[in-house]
Amino acid sequence: MPPLLKTINVVKEYDLGDVKIQALRGVSVEVNKGEFLAIVGKSGSGKSTLMHIMGLLDTPTSGEVIMNEINVTNYKEKDLARIRNKEIGFVFQSFNLLPRTSALDNVILPLKYSDVPRNTWRKKAEDMLNMVDLGNRMNNKSNELSGGQKQRVAIARALVNEPSIIFADEPTGNLDSKTGREITDLFSRLNEQGKTIILVTHDEDLAKIAKRQIIIKDGLLNGE
Amino acid sequence: MNFLEIFRSSILSLRANKVRTFLTMLGVIIGVFAVLSLVSLVRGVQNFVTDQFSALGSNLILVAPGRVGFDQDPGLAFANNKLTAENVDRINRDASQYIIGATPNMRLGKTIQYKTKRYLASLVGTNSNFLSITDLEIDYGRAFTKEEEITDAKVLVLGPDVKNELFGNRNPIGEKVKVGDTYMEVIGVLTSKGFNADERVIAPYTTLQKVFNTKNISGITIKAKDSDSIDKAMTEIEIALLQDLKDDEFTVLSQKDILSSIQSILSILSVGIGSVAAISLIVGGIGIMNIMLVSVTERIREIGLRKALGATSMTIGIQFLLESIMISIVGGSIGIFLGFAAAFAAQSFVRAEVPLWAVLLSFLFSVLTGVIFGTYPAIQASKKEPIEALRYE
Ligand SMILES: Nc1ncnc2c1ncn2[C@@H]1O[C@H](COP(=O)(O)OP(=O)(O)O)[C@@H](O)[C@H]1O
Ligand SMILES: [Mg+2]
Repeated sequence: MPPLLKTINVVKEYDLGDVKIQALRGVSVEVNKGEFLAIVGKSGSGKSTLMHIMGLLDTPTSGEVIMNEINVTNYKEKDLARIRNKEIGFVFQSFNLLPRTSALDNVILPLKYSDVPRNTWRKKAEDMLNMVDLGNRMNNKSNELSGGQKQRVAIARALVNEPSIIFADEPTGNLDSKTGREITDLFSRLNEQGKTIILVTHDEDLAKIAKRQIIIKDGLLNGE
Repeated sequence: MNFLEIFRSSILSLRANKVRTFLTMLGVIIGVFAVLSLVSLVRGVQNFVTDQFSALGSNLILVAPGRVGFDQDPGLAFANNKLTAENVDRINRDASQYIIGATPNMRLGKTIQYKTKRYLASLVGTNSNFLSITDLEIDYGRAFTKEEEITDAKVLVLGPDVKNELFGNRNPIGEKVKVGDTYMEVIGVLTSKGFNADERVIAPYTTLQKVFNTKNISGITIKAKDSDSIDKAMTEIEIALLQDLKDDEFTVLSQKDILSSIQSILSILSVGIGSVAAISLIVGGIGIMNIMLVSVTERIREIGLRKALGATSMTIGIQFLLESIMISIVGGSIGIFLGFAAAFAAQSFVRAEVPLWAVLLSFLFSVLTGVIFGTYPAIQASKKEPIEALRYE
């Protein structure tokens, strides 16, 4: 079976005027459907940059991104937005929920940018919130939730459009270890249900919950 | 995302930030309110002037000394005043086909004294025809007669304000009041007509000429038979006066002409004041732009997030633009409401009214403000790269 997502020799350069920073110096990765992959590396090694390029939030300076055997590297903004909406879910370290907006409305947000019929939104969002055990917190504003609850809302939001792949960038970085464990358990459970998950973390212990780890160092792959 | 969804998102985000939304609105509210309340106040003044004029009576024609115009010094015209009672007689004779009557008109500011009470009244000298020419009426007592006019009788008719001030509830008929150094007898009291008409004291012009030792009259008041006769009457009056005077020694004006020139001055004033107030709308618009720009920075992570979730630059731009437009529309509506409330409150002083053009114009202006000053922040918002926005701390 062909890989779900793959990068070929991806380079990312930041031009800061007098200096050029090479955040990625030729990275080739393949992700298969149903995989739970961890991208591990020290802070500043280029993990997030790689994830953003794989998640079509950013474009590489050179190299290619292939999704479902289609080269999407040079896709236009509008098409990339559509793929992000339908195929990809993001979970961030700092949750990124809309402030003063209910958990339910936060989960509905990706549906608004999709062509899913409006009358199914609420049901879908409720199902997702139930799945992350927040059925009793749906109408709470995001700022009324604890860190762990916020992250679970964010996960529900990432799942609601039934994407084929989920990216999580340091999802436990703002949580205590117990709550962090709950979140990573949730990812394991989702993976068991067949979701493809890519976890980005600097924490080698945490990375062990993933079935496969790749190590990135100074913008280069440094072993599996 | 269809337009309706973007619209809903805008409302949701405005509602989630009520204080910020209200503060942004405030500029537009004040701007629209200022335009409407000032324009309606000028309207009130305009109505006041019209009311004043119609209190004088209708179909009036006035003759003023000298040449009246914007480039003339009115003081000079009165200093070279050549108008006399003979001119009035000639008008009464020559224009009789079109007029009800003509009366000389003298106006002097004089203190009237009764015992210890004093009142600064407008002392008006006319002939015995004045009741049929002006709209004045006798409440009680009587007007002076032709006989009294010819014999310079020292008699007076008091306006109701003057009577109340000097006599209170007592009957003034037959009492003597002091005008300057001369005692004159009160023979009647006028019916109240409102405004400054009630502050008048009417006496035979002949008496005033004699008492104050002057030959001239300050003008001539003529009443035309009906509104169709006004133009013909004015021509006849002009011809009559030219027999005795040069054409730059008098001016014939109709009440309508005077009123319409005052009205046009006030209209210009109202547009002028409206424009000044419109500047505050522009300031309000700049306020919207400011807050929206701050909002773009403050919500940069939200923009990044929305893009990560599938928003295009276009949907982000439209959402921000709609937010500004809604702020200005709602702000404009509140401003209009407050403007009407102010006009209503002012109603106890003047007949203030809110003209429709001012409502439409200020509403249009406030919407335009939203569009114009919302566009730049919207473009700024839409241009944010998702990564740049998500990284922003
Ligand atoms: N927008 C940017 N401009 C300049 N340098 C950047 C930018 N984004 C990332 N970098 C640099 O690229 C390198 C990799 O960053 P990142 O991918 O965020 O690392 P990690 O997620 O592994 O901590 C770092 O040296 C970082 O400073
Ligand atoms: Mg990182």
